[in-house]
Amino acid sequence: MNCIKNNEFTVEEFIAESLEHINKVDEKLHAFLRINDLAIKKAKEIDAKIKSNQNVGRCYGMPISVKDNICMEGSKTTCASKVLENFIAPYTSTVISKLHSEDAIIIGKTNLDEFAMGLSTEFSAYGPSRNPWNNDCVPGGSSGGSGVSVAANECIASLGSDTGGSIRNPASFCSVVGLKPTYGLVSRYGLVSYANSIEQIGPMTKTVEDSAFLLNMISGIDPNDNTTIDNKNQDYLNNIDAGINGKKIGIVTEMTNSDGLSADVLDATNDSIKTFEKLGANCEQVSLQMVPYTVAAYYTITSTEAGSNLARYDNVRYGYELDSSGFEFNSYISQARSKLGPEVIRRMILGGFVPSAGHAGKYFLKALKVKSKLINEINYVFKKFDFLISPTVPIQPFKFGEKINDPVSFMMVDFNTVTANLTGIPAISVPYKITNGLPIGIQIMSNHLEEHSLLQAAYALEKTVDLPEVPA
Amino acid sequence: MTKIGLEIHCQLTNLESKLFCPCKADYRKFEPNTNICPICMGIPGSLPLLNKSAVEKATLIAMALDCRTPDKIAFFRKNYFYPDLPKNFQITQLNVYGNTSIGWEGKISVGDKEIRIRRIQLEEDPGRLIYEGATEKTKLTLVDYNRAGTPLVEIVTEPDFETPHQVREFLNILSDLLENLNVSDPGLEGAMRADANVSIEGGSKVEIKNIGSFHDLEKAVHFEITRQQSLAERKIEIIQETRHWDEGRKITVSARTKEEEAEYRYHLEADIPWVRINDDTKNQLQTHMPESISSKKKRYVSKYSITPQVADILSSDRYFSELFENAKNETNAKDVANMITTDVMGLLDTREKRNVSKLNAEHLSDLIASMKLNKITRSSAKLALDEIIKNGKPLQQIIGELDLGHVSDEEELTNIITQVLSEEIKAVEEAKQNPEIVNFLVGKVMQKTHGKADPELTLTLLKKNLAID
Repeated sequence: MNCIKNNEFTVEEFIAESLEHINKVDEKLHAFLRINDLAIKKAKEIDAKIKSNQNVGRCYGMPISVKDNICMEGSKTTCASKVLENFIAPYTSTVISKLHSEDAIIIGKTNLDEFAMGLSTEFSAYGPSRNPWNNDCVPGGSSGGSGVSVAANECIASLGSDTGGSIRNPASFCSVVGLKPTYGLVSRYGLVSYANSIEQIGPMTKTVEDSAFLLNMISGIDPNDNTTIDNKNQDYLNNIDAGINGKKIGIVTEMTNSDGLSADVLDATNDSIKTFEKLGANCEQVSLQMVPYTVAAYYTITSTEAGSNLARYDNVRYGYELDSSGFEFNSYISQARSKLGPEVIRRMILGGFVPSAGHAGKYFLKALKVKSKLINEINYVFKKFDFLISPTVPIQPFKFGEKINDPVSFMMVDFNTVTANLTGIPAISVPYKITNGLPIGIQIMSNHLEEHSLLQAAYALEKTVDLPEVPA
Repeated sequence: MTKIGLEIHCQLTNLESKLFCPCKADYRKFEPNTNICPICMGIPGSLPLLNKSAVEKATLIAMALDCRTPDKIAFFRKNYFYPDLPKNFQITQLNVYGNTSIGWEGKISVGDKEIRIRRIQLEEDPGRLIYEGATEKTKLTLVDYNRAGTPLVEIVTEPDFETPHQVREFLNILSDLLENLNVSDPGLEGAMRADANVSIEGGSKVEIKNIGSFHDLEKAVHFEITRQQSLAERKIEIIQETRHWDEGRKITVSARTKEEEAEYRYHLEADIPWVRINDDTKNQLQTHMPESISSKKKRYVSKYSITPQVADILSSDRYFSELFENAKNETNAKDVANMITTDVMGLLDTREKRNVSKLNAEHLSDLIASMKLNKITRSSAKLALDEIIKNGKPLQQIIGELDLGHVSDEEELTNIITQVLSEEIKAVEEAKQNPEIVNFLVGKVMQKTHGKADPELTLTLLKKNLAID
């Protein structure tokens, strides 16, 4: 950005360079589902603004990628599903409008697991993205394309969405920063709903500072989303280097001794605890007894909401070519929905079952009870602690196909991330270590709307590590 | 004992916009699928935005029906697939996990009977399906989403009715009440719809749906009671089912049993946060609540000595009672009330006529005043009224233009009387024997003057002319 401000090169040159880089690496990485044809035109407009000394937005032509479940008027938003293969959004999401008004350039839309259901991009209907650290490994998900696009320098930053870890998981796997904000801090207007009671849009960036910078722009109350919170235009960059001297950190016991935790990830986590202490924080173990039940509760709640949110894809009002003549309504819907992928179908079936009249008491209502008890626990521990920490993901990036046939072990990968979604608190993943050539991220969580101090803690941790560049 | 319960759906037609988006609540004037937006069409990524005035209007209804009202309300999703439902779920309310709907446990009096209201909830109306030919045989179904998202209040009663007549009476009262609250115009097509459930002693509950009008509802309930009674007489079991009203054949027919197995997978609508309705809000609403029909009626009788019959007619109609309130003063109230119920109501007997009428309260009070001062006769007043409704001109101008002014000039009247007497020789002879005939002659004078002659003066002059008294 400074290079542009100093007239070393133009926005157009910078964007052209980025596009060329994408052209070169993305055939292999497949971070993008689509490149924005209007990127160069937009770059020229911003250059013209700069030349004529007009006010230029804070993003100054910065190329940002956006997960393909966030709408932008006039362009496709597929959610990596065949069902929305030809869906062209008739309006622009609040987050993209805000970025546009700050003169960011949306360079393209990134890959994801179909409708954001998954954590590897293997469930994208258009093929998976690849981890730039090791092309045989998954990049994490569901915002895998976003993680890859930032890690592989295809853009400066990306917007992902996080329902159960979908920002933090690929951030950890790709060694980038990923922030899931407090529920309601960022408008969901234009985000295609999967589990609307818990999901949020958030930034994925190279640095903690960039995440704070983006959060400044995308957060705040929105008349188009009744669930948004007024944050009084808080400046998250302010005093970001304040440090964490004297802060109290709880190490979540259940997240650091779970069955699925790998030894290497545990090593890195223990190492990070030492680092936090060196930074002047007091770390101690804290137990969240509901955590072992969170994954089951999470899948029960998200399947219920997904079953409802995805019911609209009946191919009646929009969708793909399918002649309706000769069909009775229900059989037409079955036919129309046969285009959904296996993971989506799995959750639709689950979502039809767990909240149904005869079974809600055993499943859905129990899940809500877990959620409410977990919220009580979280409220209680944040009376004592400033932050909670854990490894973002219990394991490192795995190989393609390694877990896809074992849904339950797949689900357990979400073990450490779903707590923040179920309780609405913010959580960030900070790249911490590269072990055996693959990244490990550390998760920091804070109380509701404490993003400011959360980013200060993440910044302090980030400054202690010196990680290698992603292999070319 | 026969038990009948009702489920009434009433659109809040007087609101500006739909329940969750800025599209018009008044969808009727639009071409199909032109009163729609990403929200009411359920376009991916759109979110419902709650219309706060709908919550207020619905709370007003709950309060008017003596319901208990919660401190905060929540919305739920009712999930089912139907082509008129853009999201394949309806945003509605539910009282299963605590009472969070707009109101519950209310009551309303119908004659000396009290009908209990089980609950009231605020929800969105679906779109409309248009079939080619009969529903069962249709080859083509068209969908119009203009209505989708229109604010709807669902009122569910306890099964407290015993006769179809009570049902009809209740619906009339409820419809007047909703109109009086200024929340809805029940006269608009489809603004108020009702389903009924009917059971007789020892039988299961049968629901009747698809009833087009209140008139048909009464018939449907009547038919259903008769059907169930005849089954019972022949010892045939009455099964629990949903039946549809067949408007053409005037009978109820069994609907597919599939609808019985409804599975709605209710869960909280997280996109709309809980809405607090605190005591301040409730007090505010109570203060601004329009006077109830029954208290209006009482007031009309006691304060203005209007007959109960006239007061009843006047108070139950929002349009005419408003006209009355604005036209009446300390002295003319009774006359205004009578003029409205005898003349104005007849001239403005349809919604269309009211909509284009130019009559205002000032016209009415002027008319009464002019009659009192003998400036205009009653029959001239009727002519003037007709004219005012058409063009809204001030009364004085109309009297001038139509030459409706009273003929109270003795000389002019005497001339006319002389003329009548010369034409009605036979009657004149008879009048000398039978004074009743004089009235006939007065009528003739009125005819000649187009009703403008001062009746008393005419009588006096006639008698003088005929030398009778």
